[in-house]
Amino acid sequence: MTRERTGSAPRDVLLRGGRILDPARGVDEVGDVLLRGGSVEAQGRSLSAPDDAEVLDCAGAIIAPGFIDVHCHLREPGREDVETIATGARAAAAGGFTAVCAMPNTEPVTDNQAAVGFILRQAMRAGAARVYPIGAISLGQRGEQLAEFGEMVGAGAVAVSDDGKPVASAHLMRTALEYAQSFGIPVIDHCEEPTLASGGAMNEGIVSARLGVKGIPAEAEEVMVARNILLARLTGGHVHLAHMSTRGSVELIRWGKGLGVTVTAEVTPHHLTLTENACEGYDTHAKMNPPLRTADDLDALREGVRDGTIDVIATDHAPHHYDAKEREFADAPFGIVGLETALGVMLTDLVHTGVLDLPTLVDRLACAPARIFHLAGGSLARGAPAHVTVFDPELEWSVDPSTFVSKGRNTPYADRLLRGRAIATIVDGHVIYRLTR
Amino acid sequence: MTKTLGKDLLGLEPLSTEQIRLILDTAEPFKEVSERQIKKVPALRGMTIVNLFFEASTRTRISFEFAEKRLSADTVNVGSSGSSVQKGETLVDTARNLEAMRINMVVIRHSASGAAHFLADRIQSNVINAGDGTHEHPTQGLLDLLTLRDHFGTLERRRVCIVGDVLHSRVARSNIWGLTKMGAEVAVCGPRSLLPKDIAEFGVIVFKRIEEAIEWAEALNILRLQLERMQGGYIPSLREYNRVFGVTRERLDRAGRPVLIMHPGPMNRGVEIDSDVADGEHSVILDQVTNGVAVRMAVLYLLAGGRPELADAAKGASER
Repeated sequence: MTRERTGSAPRDVLLRGGRILDPARGVDEVGDVLLRGGSVEAQGRSLSAPDDAEVLDCAGAIIAPGFIDVHCHLREPGREDVETIATGARAAAAGGFTAVCAMPNTEPVTDNQAAVGFILRQAMRAGAARVYPIGAISLGQRGEQLAEFGEMVGAGAVAVSDDGKPVASAHLMRTALEYAQSFGIPVIDHCEEPTLASGGAMNEGIVSARLGVKGIPAEAEEVMVARNILLARLTGGHVHLAHMSTRGSVELIRWGKGLGVTVTAEVTPHHLTLTENACEGYDTHAKMNPPLRTADDLDALREGVRDGTIDVIATDHAPHHYDAKEREFADAPFGIVGLETALGVMLTDLVHTGVLDLPTLVDRLACAPARIFHLAGGSLARGAPAHVTVFDPELEWSVDPSTFVSKGRNTPYADRLLRGRAIATIVDGHVIYRLTR
Repeated sequence: MTKTLGKDLLGLEPLSTEQIRLILDTAEPFKEVSERQIKKVPALRGMTIVNLFFEASTRTRISFEFAEKRLSADTVNVGSSGSSVQKGETLVDTARNLEAMRINMVVIRHSASGAAHFLADRIQSNVINAGDGTHEHPTQGLLDLLTLRDHFGTLERRRVCIVGDVLHSRVARSNIWGLTKMGAEVAVCGPRSLLPKDIAEFGVIVFKRIEEAIEWAEALNILRLQLERMQGGYIPSLREYNRVFGVTRERLDRAGRPVLIMHPGPMNRGVEIDSDVADGEHSVILDQVTNGVAVRMAVLYLLAGGRPELADAAKGASER
């Protein structure tokens, strides 16, 4: 269920009796949170509900700063048959995300201030999760001429990226990292050396050799991770590495951070839970870019999330038309949807199995994205904007793609039994999503 | 271990040793049919088979067609040019349309790895993989096994080396699975740029030099070197390939003992194999082609539900 978020001031909302988890302040205690006028008003035990306040019973649930997905594809403009900003923003809310960052590989490419403004207007009309546009690094994502970062940031862009297309030219990447510094935004790269990855459809290894599918070696990613860290060192810029997938990448980032380079990184729920084995039988729902890797890579990525080498968990939500994956493996498109399964998958496979504790998960989903992308939120401190995610870590549900709010149905988690789900999503004090338990 | 083949033949990797032996044993009685004056038996009378060849093929397509006709099946050949595929029809739609015409079997050759799996998952008819991308070519693997077994009597502990572009070869993969399951020792030899990175995990020996491979092997299965591999940057030239990896008379003579020569065709004479080797006394390249028809008859017969012990009788009687 979603509701209109209009310009009017929100009702007071009292979140009653939940476990308040605010890693930014080191808070982990049971209590109430009162939201008023779009901000966090008070926190404490047995707060009394103001007249006319909306009271949400949070017993057994976690009250956390709103989750922010720094990497998703909303397909509008250009492929509104696949997803729109409205359906994507509502899917985000249903998954517990109060905000998402939209990648610029739309048709036309989001490479100018008018295109950035269009996305913000559509997001405003949708009245669901906030949508922060990411502008392109290069005009048309062609990897040649820089887009106008300044004007795009002025219009509301929060980062730049040619995501989907790696920045092949080291010179262009260097210039982007230098130029972006005037605007204080990260430069995001999809790390993939194009000539090594060319034509590949899955991880290069024993499974690809058996299936006869052209592989993408781990080194195609790692070569560019190393290059980007070195260029960030050269320029003093902030490079953010999208969807890391290999052990070597984790080790390189650890090295870069050790040198004091401003490098941040993200990983997707699927790269933390699935391996190349999911491609057996030519299952196109396991086809993504970067590809699913090996169990060893998965271990290294999990360790990287735990120790903070990898800062953020992001979905890389990539909806496709329902029959686009119904074809030969080599010809099927890359990517899966993730907004509505991310939290459940992370709780089920990482938290309930003891790999990650809850405060760390909340940090990687809420605090770190706000911190490194300089976005509102990431804390429930008094006076902070009222972006809140309430989730029940024990609620069991089965993934049924036909019930997704997103238009996309392409998920490898269909029929998976998950434990943990968002029950309320609050943006600027407006309850934009509520699950009836 | 299951003795029947199941619905489809998609590759040799999923088959058990017993299943492979069953196909080879069933092929034996069918060999004789092709030697008759009237090369026709009624085993598959009334069955309809579609040969769906989305990729150029001479040997395999004709071999399947002969196998089908000699078993009295009704067959239709569909290619990509001149069919709705050229108009942009997807594989899944092609499959659904064929199924709607109530056919019994599909033989598919396709440039995409997994195309036969894709089809088999979506239609009820039996599916036979006649080569999918760089994945498998099971009937080629089977006819290679049959040819080796004819020659050596058994495959146990026989040393077979696959030479050439293993990376892009579906024949190599089917041979590796089939040979290892039947107890042979298997090696590969070729430029490292044309071998999969993790080839050793297949349980094969890797030779970097053709001289070492010849010294070790009792049989060489020499793969066709596709001319596109030079543009792909995998090797510098065909001339150098022949000089470094070509199977030549001089190299074979140095072994001091006969080495059986096989090739799945079509050959590039003077590239991966010299003419006097291809035409030499230890070449069984044409026996492979002859065995191809018998092996495909056996596969068609078994997938159609034919009982292996009745294969001999099926040749003369109408019973299946």
